Amino acid sequence: MGRVLRGEHAAASRALSLVIDEAPEADSLSKAFFPKSGSVQKIGVCGPPGAGKSSLTGRLVHHLRKQKLKVGILAVDPSSPVSGGAFLGDRLRIQEHAMDPGVFIRSLATRGMVGGVSYTIFGAIHVLEAWGCDKIIVETVGTGQDEVEIGKVGDSVVYVTTPSMGDEIQAMKAGVMEIGDIFVVNKADLHGSDKALSDLRSALSLGRGHEAKPWEAPVLGTSALTGKGVEELGKALDEHWAYLQRSDEGRKRLKEQHKEELSLYISRRVYRNALNQISEKYLDDLVEHKIDPASLGTRILKK
Amino acid sequence: MIEGNGLTPKPYRVLIAKPGLDGHDRGAKVIVRALRDAGFEVIYTGIRQTPEMIAQTALQEDVDAVGLSLLSGAHMTLFPQITKLLKQNGLSVLVFGGGIIPDEDVPKLKKKGVDQVFGPGTPLSAIVEYLNARLPRVQKK
Repeated sequence: MGRVLRGEHAAASRALSLVIDEAPEADSLSKAFFPKSGSVQKIGVCGPPGAGKSSLTGRLVHHLRKQKLKVGILAVDPSSPVSGGAFLGDRLRIQEHAMDPGVFIRSLATRGMVGGVSYTIFGAIHVLEAWGCDKIIVETVGTGQDEVEIGKVGDSVVYVTTPSMGDEIQAMKAGVMEIGDIFVVNKADLHGSDKALSDLRSALSLGRGHEAKPWEAPVLGTSALTGKGVEELGKALDEHWAYLQRSDEGRKRLKEQHKEELSLYISRRVYRNALNQISEKYLDDLVEHKIDPASLGTRILKK
Repeated sequence: MIEGNGLTPKPYRVLIAKPGLDGHDRGAKVIVRALRDAGFEVIYTGIRQTPEMIAQTALQEDVDAVGLSLLSGAHMTLFPQITKLLKQNGLSVLVFGGGIIPDEDVPKLKKKGVDQVFGPGTPLSAIVEYLNARLPRVQKK
């Protein structure tokens, strides 16, 4: 634990494994690390598969490292619902920072969680907070229209899209479009990016009432390929963080995050304890119609 | 009792890495795919990785095994460098290799900490079976 707090890579890595594997030691680690939590900006990067989240994350890391900030990255990719295996490929695009001692990259598999992150994401964040990160980037699974879990995990959510991902009507839909604090049209080097930018701006402006919102989500064009727009993205992230600090929105979000962490913890516990009790005998009873699933379920949950 | 705790058991994590300068990574990708389908969490970091990058990645990702793919002939230089760095990082990971590696080099590599070498034509199931058999014995500190 002390070694994590001193910023040792190996110790942080081991602690991450214990937390991610939900090992028995995870609870005491979480307790030790928690006092360090909540003071650094957690940047969520989400968007459809192939939008360039990882590449853009790589660029963002570069930008943050120029300011000598210590950066932790949690890159999530999907686990196979069939085999339970996963191909974790986000790291490939961030790998140029592998040898930088001020950067810690960890690839995570969703391990059955739907919503773009993993059940243990908060625990992993706490390890990186204790390790001494100045910024933490959580890159989600390539998401669809309603995978909005990152909105309850990150302080500042960057929604990354690309040109030709659909028109204004697409951008008007509920779900992911509601959780972005900053919108990015990546691959701005491609044809159609100006139209995508204006469609997105126009769709977002529909929700603008008479009074100005305390935070209007900016829409930026970037190219992870050339690095164009990354500086502006960094600036927008700083502005959003400053906004969270000076308004009560920061505290509100932190509460939301703790609520989510707590409910994940409880549901995992209850779920696991209950499932532990499913025995062969119970299954036989069900096959033989000695009991029905609802009654059996109630009995198990009461134990 | 249903196996484990009603949830999927913890998958093994494997880093597949391509050290050196050759750019042919179809073999590595086939291995990545096979391991993914066999229930492993596989990290692939692309071509042209230095031994230092591979060791650092293994450290940060806390993997159980590192698979090295190399076709350029530099295995006698690079594989031992990698096993040495992994050791220096305090990692007790299983290291296995594959690619174009002459038979006479295999015993020398094994002496340098490479646990097993798989040549062309190895059935993918053999690699999966090997990892499933060997990994439980690689004890984590």
